[in-house]
Amino acid sequence: MSTPTIDDGTLADGHWHDSAHSRKGFFTDTSICIGCKACEVACKEWNRNPQDGTFELLGSSYDNTGSLGANTWRHVAFIEQDSERIEKARESGRKLVNLGMPTIRPRTDESAAAQPLDGALGAAAEGRTSAGLPTTPELNVDLLAPGALEPTDLSNVDTTPPDTADFRWLISSDVCKHCTHAGCLDVCPTGALFRTEFDTVVVQNDVCNGCGTCVAGCPFGVIERRDDGTINTPTDRDDRKAADMDVPNAGTANKCTLCYDRLVEGQEPACAQTCPTQSIKFGDRQDMVEQAHDRVAELHAKGLTEARLYGANPNDGVGGTGSVFLLLDEPEVYGLPPDPRVATKDLPKMYANAGIAALGMVAAAGLAFLGSRRS
Amino acid sequence: MSTSEYDSYRPPEPEGGRRKRRRGGRGGPSGPDDSGGRRGGRGGNGRGGGWKNRGADGNREMPMVEDVEFTSYYGRPIVKAPPWGDEIGTYLFLGGLAGGSSLLGFGAQLTDRPGLRIASRMTAIAATGIGGAALVADLGRPERFLNMMRVVKVSSPMSLGTWILSGFGVGSGVTFAIELDRITGEKLLPLGPLRKVLHAMETPAAVESAFFATPLAAYTAVLLGATAVPTWNAAGRNGLPYVFVSSASMAAGGAAMALAPVAETGPARLLALAGTAGEAYAMSAMRKRMHPAEIDPLDDGEPGHKLHRAEKLLIAGAVGAAAVEVGARVFAKKLGGGWKTRAVLRGLSVVSGAALAAASAYTRFGVLEAGIESTKDPRHVVEPQRARLEERRARGITDDSITTGR
Repeated sequence: MSTPTIDDGTLADGHWHDSAHSRKGFFTDTSICIGCKACEVACKEWNRNPQDGTFELLGSSYDNTGSLGANTWRHVAFIEQDSERIEKARESGRKLVNLGMPTIRPRTDESAAAQPLDGALGAAAEGRTSAGLPTTPELNVDLLAPGALEPTDLSNVDTTPPDTADFRWLISSDVCKHCTHAGCLDVCPTGALFRTEFDTVVVQNDVCNGCGTCVAGCPFGVIERRDDGTINTPTDRDDRKAADMDVPNAGTANKCTLCYDRLVEGQEPACAQTCPTQSIKFGDRQDMVEQAHDRVAELHAKGLTEARLYGANPNDGVGGTGSVFLLLDEPEVYGLPPDPRVATKDLPKMYANAGIAALGMVAAAGLAFLGSRRS
Repeated sequence: MSTSEYDSYRPPEPEGGRRKRRRGGRGGPSGPDDSGGRRGGRGGNGRGGGWKNRGADGNREMPMVEDVEFTSYYGRPIVKAPPWGDEIGTYLFLGGLAGGSSLLGFGAQLTDRPGLRIASRMTAIAATGIGGAALVADLGRPERFLNMMRVVKVSSPMSLGTWILSGFGVGSGVTFAIELDRITGEKLLPLGPLRKVLHAMETPAAVESAFFATPLAAYTAVLLGATAVPTWNAAGRNGLPYVFVSSASMAAGGAAMALAPVAETGPARLLALAGTAGEAYAMSAMRKRMHPAEIDPLDDGEPGHKLHRAEKLLIAGAVGAAAVEVGARVFAKKLGGGWKTRAVLRGLSVVSGAALAAASAYTRFGVLEAGIESTKDPRHVVEPQRARLEERRARGITDDSITTGR
C-alpha cells in the first residue's frame, strides 16, 4: 500500500498517492435521466439499507425519498418547469459560459469580450490534460455575421434554442460527492471515515460511535446518522412494524460508499450498473470529467446553454467532487449548494482566533486576581 | 391559486396541503408550484409581498437591494443539522464553566483563598463529569465512546476537544481528590503513605488543569465553526471563540460568586465582569460581520428568545456583580463583623452570580439551536453562498465556482 501525503499543504486533503488504483467517480448526466429510480432501488438492494419513508409520493412531483440520508444513498429529484423557468435557466447558463476569465467583460462593450473559453478551460482543466476538449464550441454561428469572429462569446451568437419547450422535467439522481477535500472525513474524531485506495470516502460502521460531527461537516447534506427517528415506518399497515425491519449499523453515520465492496472486486457500483440510460456513468474520475466536458460542449452546440457542470472544477471550495454532475439549471434548483466550501478550510484561522481568545481569558483571569489583591 | 396552465391536469390537492408544504418538511403533502420549485427568497412570503415591501410594516429593516432570487428544491434543507440535542448545549455550557473554574481555583490556590479554591475545584470537576457524561449520552453508540481516543486529528475539533477534555479531567480530578481528602480530614480516602504523594501533586495538577482550561473553553467555538451549518460556520469565522471564552469567564465567575464567600470572590467578580463586557462586544462584532441570512436564526424563534434572555440576564448579572464588588470594597472592614452587610452582599452575590451563569447557558443553547434552525430553510445556505460567489466574480475571481459552463 501507499503512504498518504498531503497535497500543497491543504489541511483538508487526504489523497492516496501512488495507489494501484486511479481515482474513481461518477458522472451523472441529468439530461438523459428518465427518473426510473432504478439506481435508488439497486442501491438499497445491494447495500441492504433500511426502508425510508412510506413508499408514498411526497407531493413534490414524483419524488418519494425527499433527500439523501442515512438510508437513501441515491436520491432522484424531480422538478417541473415551465417555459419561463427554462428561459431563465438558459440565460443563467449562458452567463456562466460567458463568464470572462480571467477578466470581466465590460457591460457596455459586448463584442470586445475576453476569451472566455480559454479562461474557462484554464480553470477547469487545471490538474489534468486538456486533450480531447473542444477549443471552439460548435455553435450555430453564422461566420459572416458581424461579431461572429468572436466564436467563444456566446452573447453574439444566436442561441435561440432549436426547440424551446413549454414544459420540462428536470430529473437528477443525486449521490455522495466523494469530495477531494471531504468535510465529513476531516472532522471525524474516531477515524471511522477514511479515504479508500479509490480516493472515495467511506465510513467504517464498526468504528463509528455516532457523534454526528460529520453530519454537520458535509456541505452537501449527504451523510446522516442512522437513528430510529430517521426511519419512518408505515404506520398504516399492521404487518410492517419498526421492529420487523432489519436496521443494520443503527446509531452510526451512513452514506454512499461508491460501492466500496464492489470496487475491490473489480465491479462497478450498483446504481451505475443498473442505470438503463447510462445517465449514471462510472469510471476513472479523469475520464468522467472529460466525458462531462465533452457532453456539456455537445449540448451547448445544440443551443442548450442551460447545461452546466457541477463539481468538475478543482478550484472550487471542495477541490472538485468525485461525483460530477451535468445540470440543466442552477444547482439550488436541485437542492445542491451553489458555492459549497469545506468548513475545515477555515480551521487554521479559527484555531488562531481560539488561541488568542484562550490567551485573552488567561490574561483576564490573571488581571482579575491582580485587581483584587487584598492589602 | 392556479399558477400554471398544467395545474388543471393534476388531481385536486388535499385541503390545507399547500400551507403545510410551505413550511417545508419531508412529509408534507403538496401540489404543483409555479415552476416545480418554491421561490426561495425569504421563506414562504416570496410570492405575495416581494422584496420591496418586506419590512414596510416596520418589523424589520427595509431592504435596500433586491433579494437574491433562487428556486429551492421544494424548500427542503440543503445541509443537514447534526443530531445534537440539549446534551450538547449542556456540554457547551459546562465545558466553559469547568475551564473558567479551574483557572479561578488555581489563582485561589496561589493567592490563598481557600473558600474560592474549594468552590471552584468542586465546580470544575462536577462540570467536567456531567459534561463528559452528556457528551457520551449524545453519541449514537455510547458504548463506543472510547473510539474517540483512537486518533489525534488536528483537522477534527471534536478529536482535539476529546483530548483537551481528557487532559483537563486528569488535573481537575487530582485537585478534586486532594480537596476531598482535606475536607474529610484526611481520613476518608484509604491512601496511607500515598497521601503525601497525592498532596505533593497539587500544584502540578492545578497547573496541568489550568493549561487545558482555556482551550476547553474555546475549542467548542471551533467545533461549531468547522461545520457546513451556515450560522455556526459564519459565527466561527467571525469571532465565536471570543464569545465562548467570554461566556465561560462569565459562567465560572458567576458560579464562584454564588458558591464562595464574598470576601474571597473579588477575582471571580472581576473575571465575570470582564466576561460580560467581552461577550457583549464580541457578540455584536460577530453579528456585524455575518450575512443577514446567517444572522436571522440568532434573532428569530426560540433561539432568538434564548439569546435575548441571555442578554437581559447578562446585564442584570453585571449590574449585580458590580454592586457586590463596590459594596465589598466599601465595606471591606465590616465584612469581618456586621452580619447584616455580609448577608446582603452574599445574597446579592448569589443572585447575580446565578444570573451570570444562566446568561452563559442561554447563550450556548441559543447559538447551538440557532445553527440547527439555520439548516432548516435552504435560504440560509443559498443566499450567503450566492452572495459570496457573486462578490468573488465581481472582484474578477471567476475560476473557483463549483458550477462551470464548460
